Amino acid sequence: MIDGFLALYLFMLAAFTGHEIISRVPVILHTPLMSGSNFVHGIVLVGAMVALGRADTPLEQVIGFIGVVLGAGNAVGGYVVTERMLQMFKSSGQKKKESA
Amino acid sequence: MQGLVPASVATVAIDFSYLLVAFLFIMGLKAMSSPVTARRGIVVAGVGMLIGTLMSFLYPGMGNFPLMLVAIAVGGGLAWWSGRIVAMTDMPQMIALYNGMGGGAAAAIAAVELLRMASGAEGAAQHGPVVTALAAAGAFIGAVSFSGSLIAFGKLQGLIKRSFRFKGQQFVNLLITAATIGLGAWIVASGHPTMQMVVGFFALALVLGVTMTLPIGGADMPVVISLYNAFTGLAVAFEGFVLENAAMIIAGIVVGSAGTLLTQLMAKAMNRSLANVLFSGFGEGAAVAAEGVTGALKPIEPSDAGVMMAFAQKVIVIPGYGMAVAQAQHKVWELCQLLIDKGVMVRFAIHPVAGRMPGHMNVLLAEAGVPYDLISDLDEINAEFDTADVALVIGANDVVNPVARTDKSSPIYGMPILNADKAKNVLVIKRGQGAGFSGIENHLFYLDNTRMVYGDAQKVAAELIQAVKAAG
Repeated sequence: MIDGFLALYLFMLAAFTGHEIISRVPVILHTPLMSGSNFVHGIVLVGAMVALGRADTPLEQVIGFIGVVLGAGNAVGGYVVTERMLQMFKSSGQKKKESA
Repeated sequence: MQGLVPASVATVAIDFSYLLVAFLFIMGLKAMSSPVTARRGIVVAGVGMLIGTLMSFLYPGMGNFPLMLVAIAVGGGLAWWSGRIVAMTDMPQMIALYNGMGGGAAAAIAAVELLRMASGAEGAAQHGPVVTALAAAGAFIGAVSFSGSLIAFGKLQGLIKRSFRFKGQQFVNLLITAATIGLGAWIVASGHPTMQMVVGFFALALVLGVTMTLPIGGADMPVVISLYNAFTGLAVAFEGFVLENAAMIIAGIVVGSAGTLLTQLMAKAMNRSLANVLFSGFGEGAAVAAEGVTGALKPIEPSDAGVMMAFAQKVIVIPGYGMAVAQAQHKVWELCQLLIDKGVMVRFAIHPVAGRMPGHMNVLLAEAGVPYDLISDLDEINAEFDTADVALVIGANDVVNPVARTDKSSPIYGMPILNADKAKNVLVIKRGQGAGFSGIENHLFYLDNTRMVYGDAQKVAAELIQAVKAAG
């Protein structure tokens, strides 16, 4: 599906996308950005699932199992803390609306 | 082994779902770059993650489903629980921990792939040298990120109290790096790695993460955490290539490049190169900086400080790690609300590297309920100190030290700082008389217009509240 030069193009375009999305972010959003991107690489979970799914020997199964545990932790933990932090960010206007 | 649905159907469905996943991740991250849409952004990305995970069960030729479900329940459950209960002040170490888990997962994927090559199992994909090299590179970076993040977690959590430094440490790290890369190259070149080679490779990479992180001090943690975040992203992308998984490649590279940019921002805010943060302990050779301090530290009672603020027109608050340690953010905001009710203009000034992770102070202030439009970063606020009656420094030190502007011999010379010294009056809430993290005397504290309020930030803030109330 993905081979050779096509993969290099994918690498390059994705790198530019990442750079473009977050250049010129204000300091106030550094944490959501970092925590959110921390969550996004939790997609490693699907890779770990495939690795465990294909594992044959007990050793491979143990390592694959650890991989899925860690990957699920990354994805779920990253989501929970990012969501918790983001729901706290409010402007003066939003606060007035809430208290009204 | 038979998959859950026919292979041809499953492959097409999975490919389409991963395309959708990549799209949702990018849209989600994009939304996270504005405070108005950020909350929606994480939900969008979360939907992507859910779709990707569910569809991956359909992969052709997979087994071990019970194990998989148990693993997801265990990892996800523990992370859910810990993520819900963690205090906002402890957020940096939790993010480091989750990030390390991702790196570990990437390394585990590589381990399984390399072990399958080693065992020469029937039906095991015999990867070419390029793919093997990517697997090994991802394993290396992922393992370093894993053990390094665990050490960062230990340090931030206070489990590891001191920084371990010895002469020739950089040389030892270099040696371990070279050995790891050498072993990795051997694995790639051999095409059929032995079990010993694979085990040795991972052991070395894990040790490197530990020895690399141990000497790095607390104030450098914003740089380290975002660096390891970028590392994990890269490792995930490399393993994505090995598994021919487009969602992993795109998400990993996007995070890798975003994390690299953030790391550079952090390093720049400290006026240090990344290499300098990683490879040289801070504070060494800083002893000379105590010279040239004139004047004395002038303490002030909280009651007097409160009156000073109550009759000010404009107060700029500069929080630092000390506020996080004292959990003072709620009291500080209570104080500021009182001042605002009295007609005082209150602003918060945040230095990019204040605290222990990028944006740490913003999170704490948001937790206390401070609206984000009152919070300004360095470039916005620095011109305003001239017009401020009071600059209130709470547990911040090096980021307001004027020697960064004036003293070329100082180790922090050139670091962008908040110009608190330009305010008419400076109040500094500080636990004791010691120097900051870097061990550099802070000339701000000795200025004629500076007064020191000693004590725990939370306690002092409570006393200031009483004083402001009493001032009518």
